[in-house]
Amino acid sequence: MMPTPIQSKGKSTVTSDNRHPAAETSRRIVRPRKIRREDVVGWLFVLPALLMYVVFVIVPFLSTIRYSFFKWNGVSPAIWVGLKNYVNIFQVPNLIGTVINAFWLVVWFSVVPVGLGLVVASVIHRVATGRLGTIAQTVLFLPQVIPLVAAGIIWGWLLALPGLINQILKALGLGALTRAWLGDFGTALPAVGVVGIWVLLGFCIVLLLTGMTKVDPALYESARIDGAGWFREFAAITIPLLKYEIGVCLTVTVVAALAAFDIIWVTTAGGPGSSTSVPGVQIYILGFTQRAVGPASALAVMLMALVVLVIIPIQWLSRESAK
Amino acid sequence: MKVARGELWVGRTLLLVLMAFTILPFLSIFLTALHPSGTVPGGFEWPADPQWINFVTAWNQAEMPKLLASSLFIVFAVVPASLVISTMAGFAIGLLKIPGSRILLYLFVFGLTLPFSGIIIPIYFLERTLGIYNTRLAIVLPLIALYMPFAVFWMRAHFVNMPAEISEAARVDGATTWDLFWQIHVPLARPPVTSLGILMAIWTWNQFLLCLVLVEDPTQRTMAGALGAFQGHYANNVPLLCAGTILILVPTLIVFILFQRQIISALLQGAIKG
Repeated sequence: MMPTPIQSKGKSTVTSDNRHPAAETSRRIVRPRKIRREDVVGWLFVLPALLMYVVFVIVPFLSTIRYSFFKWNGVSPAIWVGLKNYVNIFQVPNLIGTVINAFWLVVWFSVVPVGLGLVVASVIHRVATGRLGTIAQTVLFLPQVIPLVAAGIIWGWLLALPGLINQILKALGLGALTRAWLGDFGTALPAVGVVGIWVLLGFCIVLLLTGMTKVDPALYESARIDGAGWFREFAAITIPLLKYEIGVCLTVTVVAALAAFDIIWVTTAGGPGSSTSVPGVQIYILGFTQRAVGPASALAVMLMALVVLVIIPIQWLSRESAK
Repeated sequence: MKVARGELWVGRTLLLVLMAFTILPFLSIFLTALHPSGTVPGGFEWPADPQWINFVTAWNQAEMPKLLASSLFIVFAVVPASLVISTMAGFAIGLLKIPGSRILLYLFVFGLTLPFSGIIIPIYFLERTLGIYNTRLAIVLPLIALYMPFAVFWMRAHFVNMPAEISEAARVDGATTWDLFWQIHVPLARPPVTSLGILMAIWTWNQFLLCLVLVEDPTQRTMAGALGAFQGHYANNVPLLCAGTILILVPTLIVFILFQRQIISALLQGAIKG
């Protein structure tokens, strides 16, 4: 612990930091605190990480906010436009549409994998211990380690007109349903969503399973002795005791959905039209192909705010109840 | 545990279906890669005359040796540097508890969920000014910085739980802070440092957005970034695109199979701590 500073006569409170100790100590006879050599050394330990973080994250973050108030093409002088770029987001259907699409993606990337993951994990937990369970964990985890770009390319082909999905449909006698899934206004977003499910479902299952193995087996045993079926066990034991893991899954998948870029860029680039466009893709298009730095930055600020606004309640709920 | 027989089979079937859902996409691109270059085969057909040559063509076209070298360069530039500086920072914040460590912690935690796309535009202009645009440094430096929130948070979580007696004993023996860090705490921090290294290596290898924006030359990118460029060239040649994708996936798959336990547990822990 930090040594409590010796309090001087006049002052009743001395905060432990950020008080310019050098200036204060020099004026006093009773020194409340020396600059300890260890503290200076300690700060030197933080310095490299802090410096990198400030230069390449904090300063760019503040710059994004600043750019969002200007009209700028990256070359000629920037013109102050106040909140116009933000107002624009709400007025231009293509821009506000990206935010709406992002929330649809939350359903596909987050609600489905976590919901399905819970059901599957609880079924597996009851039956699949041993060899099959171990192999399944490895296999289901695979999509999590490959680049999202590769996942996008693979699924771009599976969902194409001659691809595997349509072949399966034909084999099942559902040939009437076949289409270019990613090129159809009505199906492009759910099709991209399926890619997200493929990437995230295994991760959720494995994480939730790990959580379930930590639950005292006696709880499950006694539930079974009382004749509880799968559903009772699921609703009465699994869900309440796994709130923390569910929170983790939701956090990871919601961030993946709201900040999605790679999968969408590779499969549809936001199309057809702007039916799969999400903030990340639109920021790239505005900023780097249309050179509209102001609107791109305003959308970036919106995106960052959105992520925080959605994550905080999830974190709060899952941590609160975990204790 | 006793479970009804029927339920056992439902569970096992479910598992097999899910495994098929995961594996079939890989099989599909593998079969497609064996079809004659330039044709449009079905999604799941064994070719009449398997064209193994496609892998050779893709290897040459994608300049695989250069890509591998570039990716390895970037990983070996990013990961050790990030490990050293984040461990030092985590040590100072979590164990030394320097004045201001709470504020520092909040500052780093703030960056935990920051989407890369939120700050990519200023990074682009910054790198133009610094003159590192379109070099590997353009990917390396921001990546190190972008990993800091997670890495510092992760290492702090380790150091905060270290018993104070260890440090006190070393202090009594006259160890300086520098000695205390390198001789005592770094060796003790091996497990979390290893997991963190695995995580950052995977994330770096798979990084796409930074490559796309900051480096035009695919041979200066990471594997994922280069794959993006490869797709641009071969969008109409599906067998070759599939062959290239497989080649780019092979290193990841080998590493995953060899280190599956460590990787899975690192990724799970990473999610839980973050």
